[in-house]
Amino acid sequence: MALPNYASPLERVWHWTYLVLCTLIFIFLIAPILVIIPLSFNAEPYFTFTEKMRSFDPEGYSMRWYDSLLTFGMQAPDGPRDASWWSDAWNNAKWVNAAKNSLIIGFFSTILATGLGTLAALGLSRPEMPFRRGIMAILISPMIVPLIITATGMFFFYSNPCSLLTWIGLSGNCGRLAGTYLGVILAHATLGIPFVIITVTATLVGFDQSLNRAAASLGANPRTTFFRVTMPLILPGVISGALFAFVTSFDEVVAVLFIAGPDQQTIPRQMWNGIREQISPAILAVATLLVLFSIALLTTVELLRRRSERIRGVTPR
Amino acid sequence: MAQALDPHAAIVTAAGGVDDGPLTTADGQPLGRALRRSQRRAKRRAFLLVLPLLAFVVITFVVPIAQMLQRSFYNDGFSANMPEISAWFAENPHGTEPDEAAWAALANDLVASAEARSIGVVGTRINYDVPGTRSQFTSTGRKVRDGIEPPYREALLEIDEDWADPQLWGAMREASTPFTTNFYLASLDRTRADDGSVVMVRESQQVYVMLFQRTLWLSLLITAMTFLLGFPIAHLLATLPMRKSNLLMILVLLPFWTSLLVRTTSWIVLLQQQGVVNDLLVWMGVIGGSERLQMIYNQTGSIIAMTHILLPFMILPLYSVMRTINPSYVRAARSLGATSWTTFRRIYFPQTLPGLGAGALLVFILAVGYYITPALVGGASGQLISNMIAMHMTDTLNWSMAAALAALLLAGVLILYWLYDRIVGIDNLKLG
Repeated sequence: MALPNYASPLERVWHWTYLVLCTLIFIFLIAPILVIIPLSFNAEPYFTFTEKMRSFDPEGYSMRWYDSLLTFGMQAPDGPRDASWWSDAWNNAKWVNAAKNSLIIGFFSTILATGLGTLAALGLSRPEMPFRRGIMAILISPMIVPLIITATGMFFFYSNPCSLLTWIGLSGNCGRLAGTYLGVILAHATLGIPFVIITVTATLVGFDQSLNRAAASLGANPRTTFFRVTMPLILPGVISGALFAFVTSFDEVVAVLFIAGPDQQTIPRQMWNGIREQISPAILAVATLLVLFSIALLTTVELLRRRSERIRGVTPR
Repeated sequence: MAQALDPHAAIVTAAGGVDDGPLTTADGQPLGRALRRSQRRAKRRAFLLVLPLLAFVVITFVVPIAQMLQRSFYNDGFSANMPEISAWFAENPHGTEPDEAAWAALANDLVASAEARSIGVVGTRINYDVPGTRSQFTSTGRKVRDGIEPPYREALLEIDEDWADPQLWGAMREASTPFTTNFYLASLDRTRADDGSVVMVRESQQVYVMLFQRTLWLSLLITAMTFLLGFPIAHLLATLPMRKSNLLMILVLLPFWTSLLVRTTSWIVLLQQQGVVNDLLVWMGVIGGSERLQMIYNQTGSIIAMTHILLPFMILPLYSVMRTINPSYVRAARSLGATSWTTFRRIYFPQTLPGLGAGALLVFILAVGYYITPALVGGASGQLISNMIAMHMTDTLNWSMAAALAALLLAGVLILYWLYDRIVGIDNLKLG
């Protein structure tokens, strides 16, 4: 944004003030995320830069908090680091288990949300779709309704899913979904669906329907048309929708707090406990890893967006 | 319309001129009916694609919330387990002194309920209205399990004098029907007096109205803050050349993609009394070492952290609208003699309003329902209504109360959502 030639001195001053303000706001946005990265290498159990860290003394830095992520919860953390030590860490370390759970739950809920969501987005983007606006509103609502309300509702429902039958006049009492992997996966899929719908629908807006008609006129049946023509074109949108759904699940705390059992400890839930109880700098090590993870995801989504624009022949803005 | 859709069929039959009836397709169907049928089929096919997801969301999301809301006005914990006394309440109007029949009904119900082990549920229901009565029910239940001798009034009073408490009888009358508005009254800091009229609760117990007000006020404040901070950023991003703005956009998107708990943790680290910001201020000599600022575990903490977390939700819609604003309008205004301030106020700003509306509504909707961040950094004074719902769910186990508060919050959010849909359109919601 260049200043026009006719700008008055006052405007020049204001222009530079404006740039300084913007810089400060950018610092506000990004500094909190970056500041934890060096702090996670703190050799002391403090949350601030120690004297030694400030003077860049190597003694002020250590990997001990990263190490503690592996050892926390192990049966014999102090033994020699042989195969049995590693299998102990893999089976018993709490953060390792939390990571495993987060990945399992994230993976299946993403599959569910993306599969159903993409189908629905295809339907919603058709001009003949009845009640489009209302249905869209319902499908997006898990993102809008406060999480605590969603989680409260799910808590009761998942504790006794057959209450649905009682509700419509049948009698029923069956197992619980609360405290099971299936329950958490269903809940997370529900919360991820709006993101899939929004992303895939946005991709379909730019989709040229005449391509489908062209495929059909050349003799392709609907299935072939979908897999050979539609799918490759909307794939970037589907993948970024899936990534959104995955991140939603990976970052979700409230529903997990309400409906998960002790076996479904996820990373956010473990962090929540960590922050609530005795906050240890190990949290900062987790946070740093998660920041790196989100940088990777952000890069992927950005590359997908560019690819999608290139494929569809939209010139980059 | 019909001819436009399938002109050949129409022309063929019209030219064939078999009879003068309505236009038909090649296989003899009236054209209108064929068209309607094919439109119905297209409609059904589109709907079938959406149906699995719709069913999924309804079952895992809509129904659970509806069931939960039912708890806010329906609680049969007392009425289902205490049928005789409930019947007595139904027969005798408000203000009737409990006679021996009432006491007998109460005693019988207590015995039956104690035998059925449902006395805890009954006590819990009354305990919502008259704190401390749960143990009265359970201990009486233990003592009468093997039966009770008339006169019942004296027998019960011998076990516990509080059975004569008119407030208790009022609460039991309220609970004798499963439908109740008490939880809604309570969430507005109101209660029913002994004569059935609605009054405010004691000042020391008024919490909910204050919490609703605080939630509204903090959400408004956070929306305003995100606007003040987000507007310049969005403007800068929208006016910079693509290459530079794409780089700077990463600084907005990275927080957006970073875990909520990570960002909250960062703010705890930064704002603690022994944290980075305080250290920095002491080091710069702004404050003395002994006067470190309390910036967290209070309202300030909630405001700072939530502003940071919600800021991208303001920047992104503003940015996408600002990108489309034609810069020649601004240049035209300047060339006609407007000052830069007038240009901004009369030409540029009005064009950003759609983005501002979208961003402000989105941030406000999200802020009103926030739970995690206030719970972690809000301390006592930074708690919002969501935290109260969570407290009733996990600590006091007053689920009906949680449901009533949730219903009020949900109503507010749905109104805002409806507004958002009307003004912005849900289809225009963009991510990243």
